[in-house]
Amino acid sequence: MSLFTLLRLAFRVIARNKARAMLTVLGIVIGVAAVIAMVALGTGAQQNIAKQIASLGSNLIILIPGTTNVAGVRGGGGSSTTVDVDDIEALRREVKSISLIAPANRQQVQIVAGDANWGTTVQGTTPAFYTVRDWGVENGAPHSDLDEASMNKVCVLGKTVATELFGTDDPVDKWVRIKKVPFRVIGVLVAKGQSPMGTDQDDTVLIPFSVYRQRMAGTQRDQIQAAYAAAIDANSAQAAVDDMTAVLRQRHHLRESAEDDFSIRNLADIAAASREVSESMTLLLGSIAGVSLLVGGIGIMNTMLVSVTERTREIGIRMAVGAKARDILVQFLVEAVVLSAIGGAIGVAFGWWVARLLSDTTGWVTVFDPGIAALAFAVSGAVGVFFGFWPARRAARLDPIDALRYE
Amino acid sequence: MSDTPVIDTVGLSKVYATGDTPVVALADVTLQVHRGEFVAVVGASGSGKSTFMNLIGLLDRPSHGVLRLDGVDVARLTSNQRAMVRNHKVGFVFQGFNLLRRTSAMENVELPLLYAGVGARARAQAAATALTQVGLGERMGHMPNQLSGGQQQRVAIARALVNQPALLLADEPTGNLDSTTTREILKLFVDLNVNHGITVVMVTHEQDVAAVSRRVVQFKDGHVVMDGPPPETWTPAVEVPWRAAKVQGAA
Ligand SMILES: Nc1ncnc2c1ncn2[C@@H]1O[C@H](COP(=O)(O)OP(=O)(O)O)[C@@H](O)[C@H]1O
Ligand SMILES: [Mg+2]
Repeated sequence: MSLFTLLRLAFRVIARNKARAMLTVLGIVIGVAAVIAMVALGTGAQQNIAKQIASLGSNLIILIPGTTNVAGVRGGGGSSTTVDVDDIEALRREVKSISLIAPANRQQVQIVAGDANWGTTVQGTTPAFYTVRDWGVENGAPHSDLDEASMNKVCVLGKTVATELFGTDDPVDKWVRIKKVPFRVIGVLVAKGQSPMGTDQDDTVLIPFSVYRQRMAGTQRDQIQAAYAAAIDANSAQAAVDDMTAVLRQRHHLRESAEDDFSIRNLADIAAASREVSESMTLLLGSIAGVSLLVGGIGIMNTMLVSVTERTREIGIRMAVGAKARDILVQFLVEAVVLSAIGGAIGVAFGWWVARLLSDTTGWVTVFDPGIAALAFAVSGAVGVFFGFWPARRAARLDPIDALRYE
Repeated sequence: MSDTPVIDTVGLSKVYATGDTPVVALADVTLQVHRGEFVAVVGASGSGKSTFMNLIGLLDRPSHGVLRLDGVDVARLTSNQRAMVRNHKVGFVFQGFNLLRRTSAMENVELPLLYAGVGARARAQAAATALTQVGLGERMGHMPNQLSGGQQQRVAIARALVNQPALLLADEPTGNLDSTTTREILKLFVDLNVNHGITVVMVTHEQDVAAVSRRVVQFKDGHVVMDGPPPETWTPAVEVPWRAAKVQGAA
């Protein structure tokens, strides 16, 4: 029998019992859809993470006081008070494996420009910040060492803040008020987008560290909430972390057995942490997919067994007019494969639809991989072969006379 | 008529071991059927007629004895070769038609050709020819449930003939049909035998149907108890040339 004839026959048989076919392939549909959605989201997430990590700046090392959480960075930060300005000064002086270090203290404020008013995060930091975070100023200029020394009340707006306060107008040389203190806008930061933790990095205002200490920090003038350092090169990142740790432990008089009262992370750690998250996600969805495919396969086996029993007489008739065992085997195998391939095709479409829906509602990036779609489709076909084989062989092994006599 | 018999059985037996006591359905049947014969197999219900037909048609395997088809000992055949014999050499017609449901007359008739590896076009042509031959040229697209019993049996006959077998086996082909339809089917068999040289072996329990044949083989409890031309006293359901000739000769 030609493949075309076999396929036509299989489709006709399946079409006779559409409801049963749909229920049968449900497991395959879910399994394949899970794979497709998983890969679409996973690929998108990985691209995103890579981009965001790059956005943090090259050779970046992050220091925060207190013990650490998994990712090594905190959104709010600064709850512990174990690191002070003198520590930063000591690190700058003593650690040769870092080229720059910039403290960054922050708080939530209302920023006002004329009638406009926006809640954002003000960060007090030194000019090293721009280099360490690899963060350019697209309009105007970053603040300078002179601004630090003279405690000039100048500020650089993040893209989001600039847009919220000034719309399309040029904010440079305009005035804004932060906690009632007037600041002159001297620049606007290049847009960076989301951080790996999902916060909008452009929703911020930078002011000189000296001004922050004097006008914003209140009683906590000497405490450091975070500091960003740059290793002298990418290969020195781990050495820099070790050197900084040693200096701080000594300054904090920590005993050998004591834990660090601060945490220092380099980009590799952060990247690994986010990879871990996305890998466990992949594993979870992958096992859902695997179990669904297994259940789907068993569903197909069950349906095919029922079908073989129901059609015993048909098998007998076919054998009586000359069908060989192989002809019967192939017929039922093709039917099982067509069934599971239908499930696979629906699964690919459904999975992509789910990924699109998620991306539309959550803003996550999804990437459709035709190679994976083809693979998932092929795997569902293979499931059909694997789980359809036993029922098909049962059909093929029937004796013509027994099959014909079957009631 | 060739020297080699189309059917040649020696001590053919079938014993069913199901139940407490084994049932001997066919006991030691030695029989030869030659090319061009028209044989009626008769006997009471349960006498072993169907068992005999199923063995000849290679649907079942004997317990003992030898079966040769066209001189070939079928015990030597592999299951694939048996399938090929069913496909090419033998056409089987059942009492219950055994057509595929929800499958058109045309496709039912094409079935043996499908397994013979015949291409779609040639298949359709041969099936149309066979259906026309049995007088169903107008109903090729009909499903079995849209056809009368007689029409369904004619589809089954077309299916049995489509691969141009030398041997037509029919197990009570008219058992489910009324007398008018029975006569139509019998005319078809006589035509196939007389004009196409097909050997016919037909099971029946009706005297006037058996009387159509040239030779009657009677079974009883699995044995052949009578073998010869139908008695003159039996009136055939349809006119047959060999009987007409006899009547003429006698006049
Ligand atoms: N599959 C079977 N299992 C057991 N006994 C059977 C089977 N088929 C037929 N028989 C028995 O074999 C004998 C002959 O049956 P069968 O050839 O069908 O008779 P007929 O066709 O002449 O009516 C009967 O006694 C019947 O009960
Ligand atoms: Mg019978």
